[in-house]
Amino acid sequence: MIQRFLWRGLDTKLRLFIGLVLLVGIVPPLLNLLMPPGSPFYVPAWMLQLVGKYLCYASLALAVDLVWGYCGILSLGHAAFFALGGYCMGMYLMRQIGSRGVYGNPVLPDFMVFLNYKELPWFWHGFDHFWFAAPMIVIVPSVLALALGWFAFRSRVTGVYLSIITQAMTFALLLAFFRNDMGLGGNNGMTDFKDILGFPVQADGTRATLYFASALALALFLMIAGAVVGSRFGKALTAVRDAESRMRFLGYRVEGYKLFVFVLSAAMAGIAGALYVPQVGIINPSEFSPGNSIEAVLWVAVGGRGTLIGPVIGAFIVNWTKTYLTGALPEVWLFALGGLFVAVTLFLPRGIVGLWGQYKARQERTKRTATA
Amino acid sequence: MTSPVKSTSALLYLSGVTVSFDGFKALNNLSLLVEPGEMRAIIGPNGAGKTTMMDVITGKTRPDEGEVVFDGQADLTKLDEADIATLGIGRKFQKPTVFENHTVRDNLLLALAGQRSWYRLLLAAPTKAENDRLDEILTVIRMGPQQHMLAARLSHGQKQWLEIGMLLAQDPKLLLVDEPVAGMTDVETETTAAVLREINKSHSVVVVEHDMSFVRALGVKVTVLHEGSMLAEGSLDQVSADPRVVEVYLGR
Repeated sequence: MIQRFLWRGLDTKLRLFIGLVLLVGIVPPLLNLLMPPGSPFYVPAWMLQLVGKYLCYASLALAVDLVWGYCGILSLGHAAFFALGGYCMGMYLMRQIGSRGVYGNPVLPDFMVFLNYKELPWFWHGFDHFWFAAPMIVIVPSVLALALGWFAFRSRVTGVYLSIITQAMTFALLLAFFRNDMGLGGNNGMTDFKDILGFPVQADGTRATLYFASALALALFLMIAGAVVGSRFGKALTAVRDAESRMRFLGYRVEGYKLFVFVLSAAMAGIAGALYVPQVGIINPSEFSPGNSIEAVLWVAVGGRGTLIGPVIGAFIVNWTKTYLTGALPEVWLFALGGLFVAVTLFLPRGIVGLWGQYKARQERTKRTATA
Repeated sequence: MTSPVKSTSALLYLSGVTVSFDGFKALNNLSLLVEPGEMRAIIGPNGAGKTTMMDVITGKTRPDEGEVVFDGQADLTKLDEADIATLGIGRKFQKPTVFENHTVRDNLLLALAGQRSWYRLLLAAPTKAENDRLDEILTVIRMGPQQHMLAARLSHGQKQWLEIGMLLAQDPKLLLVDEPVAGMTDVETETTAAVLREINKSHSVVVVEHDMSFVRALGVKVTVLHEGSMLAEGSLDQVSADPRVVEVYLGR
């Protein structure tokens, strides 16, 4: 039944796109592992790491789009869910270091030894097992989203007020995680990871696998999002976005709809964050900074909100530009980001994916006037 | 308010209803009876209390005095909007509010009586019975050919019909229709009258309208409101022959 549910929502275009994502997930790691470094087909490890990061960003963008594009909830704090998933993964990776840390303590991670911790804080227990950390990656962001959403949606907080609340949430978490006595590494965060599931994180094979896992996660999220959006639930969801009070008048309990997508979206963001951390090798409080959440919203806007393909394309284009500009012209990036936001708002209200629709509508119009 | 609810055979029973806003009596001792299966047209000049009456029936406004009974038992003065909607009173407002980014058929599907819980809708596809009901409604409102069109692309008149269709999809016992033909062309007005007559075969309807040719096309019993009370009641020919009605409409 689950399978049927997943397939029913997918149109041909989305199926092709998911195929493309999987292809991008399979071919480069194989080329990296199988081709000799001198070959023109060889994909260097840094490239895998870079694109792997983009794949995680694309999943985050899709999560933002699910709430913003389909339910009208403009979350300006989605990076918090991403970072929480990342921290759960970070805690697992820290515990895998064992006695190989600088201080050689078999139980306490280096930063705890440095800060004079005598024993492991209670919330660190269990994170030495992957079977415990893995569900936490989903549960921690989901519970936060559930709590926030429960109060906000029931009190009928909408629009800009909700955006401010989500932004405040990520800022509060940023401040909290900066504190050393949170027991999560303070402003340095966590790094120097050694193993994941017994494999060294720096090894080519592990990197290739993590890269593939990121693409697989994105493909799976596209399928789930497609199924949700394509169902009767999805029709009700976009109706809530367009005319919330009318839906209430028809007898729908709007809160349940909002809460479900909000939690689903937070879970997706958490998984994306967890896949991101071992690839970049560090997690610290800066992942909670409000700017990160706003950038994620921008990826969606550039790609096209309210489409499933748009956010993925937007995440790739904006981040590729960012990588290029911060390398070539570092002082230009922030201006480019601001300019992009203005340009998209003015000229591309439906994003890059929307351009295609606009082009087709114009073609149809000229055809009609030509025949008339 | 101390008098117990009288049991009555009427579907909608208003007795001695008074509503005042800051001393101005929007409704003044209004009484009205709508029988099951009946279609009633309510006319009256601006400020006669037509919309206030609708508000009282749907629970939006509480009357200061009087009784409002639905279906012989439910005291509408004590229920809120959601309860009253669940009881089976559907209301179409003057301004159509359809879901513009959905197709005509999806608009009706969203309004269809039945499934409302989010977890059921995640897995449920429309059933055969639901699809048949949608086809039926599409035929009644004459929008079968437009069923896959986005509601945003409909004309004003078509949006009104879709709105009536959505009301019908909720399957209420009583439909309250507020000024359905405002801004419509003559042809559209005639069609709307035909649609409402057809809906009346299976539902009770109360229509509030200014447009006399439309009321004539409906061919039903007419209630004339004036300054918050009933001025006259009867067929359109009877009431338009009433000198008091002529005076109210043509000025004194």
